[in-house]
Amino acid sequence: MIPELGHFSLFLCLMLALTQIVCGYAGAHTGRSTWMAAVKPAAVGQFVFAVISFACLVYAFLNDDFTVQYVASNSNTALPEMYKVAAVWGGHEGSLLLWILIQSAWSFAVASASRDLPDRFASRVIATLGLVSAGFLLFILFTSNPFARLMPAAFNGRDLNPLLQDFGLAIHPPILYLGYVGFSVAFAFAIAAMLSGDVHAQWARWTRRWTTLAWLFLTIGIALGSWWAYYELGWGGWWFWDAVENASFMPWLVGTALIHSLAVTDKRGLFKSWTLLLSILAFSLSLLGTFLVRSGVLVSVHAFASDPERGRFILIFLGFMVGGALLLYSLTARKFVAQGKMQLVSRETALLVNNVLLVCATFVVLFGTLYPLINDALNMPKVSVGAQWFNTFFVPITLVLMVFLGVGMHTIWRQSNVASLKNRLKWPLLVSAVIAVAFPLLVYQRSGVLIVLGTFTALWVVLSSLTEPWLRYRRGLSLRSMPRTQVGMLVAHVGVALTVLGVTYTSAYSTQRDVALQIDAPVSIGGYEFTLTAFERVNGPNYVADQASISVTRNGKPVTELTPQKRTYLVQTMPMTESAIHPRLQRDIYVALGEPLGEGAYSFRLQIKPLVRFIWLGALVMALGGFLTLTDRRYRAVPESKASREAASAGLAS
Amino acid sequence: MTPRKERMTAVSILLIAVSLATFFGLRGCDNLKEYFFDPSEVVAGAVKKDQEFRLGGMVKENSFKRTAGSLDVRFIVTDFAEDVIVRYSGLLPDLFREGQGVVATGRLNDAGEFEAHTIFAKHDENYMPPEVAESLKTQHPAKTSEPRP
Amino acid sequence: MIKFAIPLVIAVVLFLFLASGLGRDSREIPSPLIGKPAPEFTLPALAEPQRTVALSDFAGQVFAFNIWGSWCVACRDEHEVLLRIRRDNQIPLIGLNWKDTEAEATRWLRTLGDPYVVTAFDPVGDVAIDWGVYGAPETFLVSADGMILHKHIGPLTDDIWRDEFLARVAQ
Repeated sequence: MIPELGHFSLFLCLMLALTQIVCGYAGAHTGRSTWMAAVKPAAVGQFVFAVISFACLVYAFLNDDFTVQYVASNSNTALPEMYKVAAVWGGHEGSLLLWILIQSAWSFAVASASRDLPDRFASRVIATLGLVSAGFLLFILFTSNPFARLMPAAFNGRDLNPLLQDFGLAIHPPILYLGYVGFSVAFAFAIAAMLSGDVHAQWARWTRRWTTLAWLFLTIGIALGSWWAYYELGWGGWWFWDAVENASFMPWLVGTALIHSLAVTDKRGLFKSWTLLLSILAFSLSLLGTFLVRSGVLVSVHAFASDPERGRFILIFLGFMVGGALLLYSLTARKFVAQGKMQLVSRETALLVNNVLLVCATFVVLFGTLYPLINDALNMPKVSVGAQWFNTFFVPITLVLMVFLGVGMHTIWRQSNVASLKNRLKWPLLVSAVIAVAFPLLVYQRSGVLIVLGTFTALWVVLSSLTEPWLRYRRGLSLRSMPRTQVGMLVAHVGVALTVLGVTYTSAYSTQRDVALQIDAPVSIGGYEFTLTAFERVNGPNYVADQASISVTRNGKPVTELTPQKRTYLVQTMPMTESAIHPRLQRDIYVALGEPLGEGAYSFRLQIKPLVRFIWLGALVMALGGFLTLTDRRYRAVPESKASREAASAGLAS
Repeated sequence: MTPRKERMTAVSILLIAVSLATFFGLRGCDNLKEYFFDPSEVVAGAVKKDQEFRLGGMVKENSFKRTAGSLDVRFIVTDFAEDVIVRYSGLLPDLFREGQGVVATGRLNDAGEFEAHTIFAKHDENYMPPEVAESLKTQHPAKTSEPRP
Repeated sequence: MIKFAIPLVIAVVLFLFLASGLGRDSREIPSPLIGKPAPEFTLPALAEPQRTVALSDFAGQVFAFNIWGSWCVACRDEHEVLLRIRRDNQIPLIGLNWKDTEAEATRWLRTLGDPYVVTAFDPVGDVAIDWGVYGAPETFLVSADGMILHKHIGPLTDDIWRDEFLARVAQ
């Protein structure tokens, strides 16, 4: 009964989404306020029924309802409770339901925070969000029903894929989807602006708020994914340029460009058509990612079981949304050509450079991801491009971007004074250059071009970010009086620098060795001694594991005890390496257990990874920066009383 | 120069720099591509000397041998037409097993054996490296038998 | 202004690539033989050289013609499905053992079970050429009047069997 209720709720969601679309577009077009009045309640209702539907699936999982096929394929009675909830989005159907829930949550948020938007505009925004919802609802209802019954019922479930039985991955999809789906708001704002023919500073400010929020989630989501891959896949890698990772990275790059270009549109009224295009692209790339992951055209380590039927559906949906939006763009963009002037040394130029570089980087990732597909279409030999290819293009772009970033933060709108720029930046330049050359040699006794460049650009950005607060402090000005947007920007840029630092040092100075260890026969790597002290069998709730105890010492002093495991999950009989990590800010010690080698020896992969934490720490700092920007007074929603008055007058006017 | 010209110059310089970087990147691109071959292609001599490539196929049953107490292993990758001996020293992935799909990255040594530095096994029961899946979906009979006209 | 249409054009090109990626499924390669009479053949039966198998033996009944070899892993994949088809007695399966040795082919059927009514032995591959076989496994559906109704490339699954074979017979 409960699963049918969930299924039925999805139908209601679809009906409400259709209401949003019809009443929203038609109401805004004809100016009928009675029609437009139905739009927001419909969005709220859609959210309510999406919650009900989602709750039904959670209920089915918690009660081990194996008459539901999806539950039977992704859960098991022995699965710990927490993972039963996470298993809800562990497969294709459920993750799609999660997507729908989050999509409707964003619509709900926009509907309830849109009091300061003109009615017509808000109707078009919510109608567009309804269009996106409707697409996904049709998709789930026609190709991927998570509530489909299994007759006869399974006696027990096939269990959740052991790789997914993990805290990091349990929270990864919801946060990632919050980001992915959040870009649909910027998309909807762009469509509404093109339909109404008006892009003004207020539009940019609204869009900026939502885009920053989505970007913040996407940043955390990607970092979580990378962190998960690092400790769970057992190889100690943190980024693989895998199709699925790229699918989330491309919207991030474009989203980052969008935030910056929105700043120009907001402050100077320039880049209008470009900003619209980026708003469309950020969400289009999110949809493209969904297509790549779920259609099976590119097989990746994370791919869902693929089905050409589903692929066809998403492709048509993708073509409809993206094609429609770009067609609208090509018809209306010329209205948004700004007439403002731009000086060479100005913040406008700096942000233009930022945008060009970020879009170039996106193309690199897009091309690399689709390369096998293009190759196949042209019947060329089986060639793919791997991490090396991506790095060759991506690293230079990032370094150039970092160099410009340090300058760009100090430029001002309209026209910057070159002399004052030089004056401000000479010390950061000098200090970071000296440290970049000296530090690697002093600490690690060896260096290289990329290490120096990575260190230099990272320090350069950090010092450059700190210059403004430092000058204020020297002048005796309160740091609290700095606008939150500026603080947020500086913090986010420090985050970028931290990530670059982490990537540089982990890539350059990681030590990795596969070794055969016997009990009490120590091996020494990177200044640490590893000794296997015990080997035993342990039982988990739904797995058994071989567990090694390794004591790590440095110069004879104990550092830590690590217990890497090799687990065998009982239902799927799948072996899993559970690596053991000793995390510290300056380095991780990473131990993965291999297999018995005979003669009492076991194989291990031992790794020392310097500054690897900085990669994710940097992402968190970036997200914090985004959050600080959102707390700026300029972006907070207009207070209730004033807003409702405005809404009332807008309602009368239309 | 008018500001507009200045801006155009700046953007063009940037674009030229990026295209130059792309050009040099593409020139070195041959090293950046990852070639994939199956054992039949390797035996037929499709691989250039010292070329790094990915070798895909199935781990042949009863072909896995380990030097006891060490990390050195040897096994045969087969596409059921031809076999290639693979040598590897290091940790094997969780799902490495005889009779399962595998992709090894490395190069051929002088003895015609494949020295692998990285081994990937199929990731779960639904995942098979795409190239392997493709070459195993339909198979051609052993090349040693009668050639088809 | 033309330049605003550039993104649309790029998107359309990308879209075509993506669509071709989806359409690349080799199972959808149409066979020129579909709707034509099945090519005649006469071959010795596997492991029974004195007995012959010919197309005319099956005139008047619907059957499925399955090409396999003991060297083919994907054939092992679909073997379970074939055994189920045999057990449920749905449509008779005729095997074509392709470019194989008699010893290995018989061992395969002995260890994995024999889903075929009879298996024709084609070590050279002449018949397979007549039938336009790309690789193994492939399965043809032949109607009572000797026409090829359908061809499936790659391993069979229960769904494919139901949707592409049984559904066609039911028509």
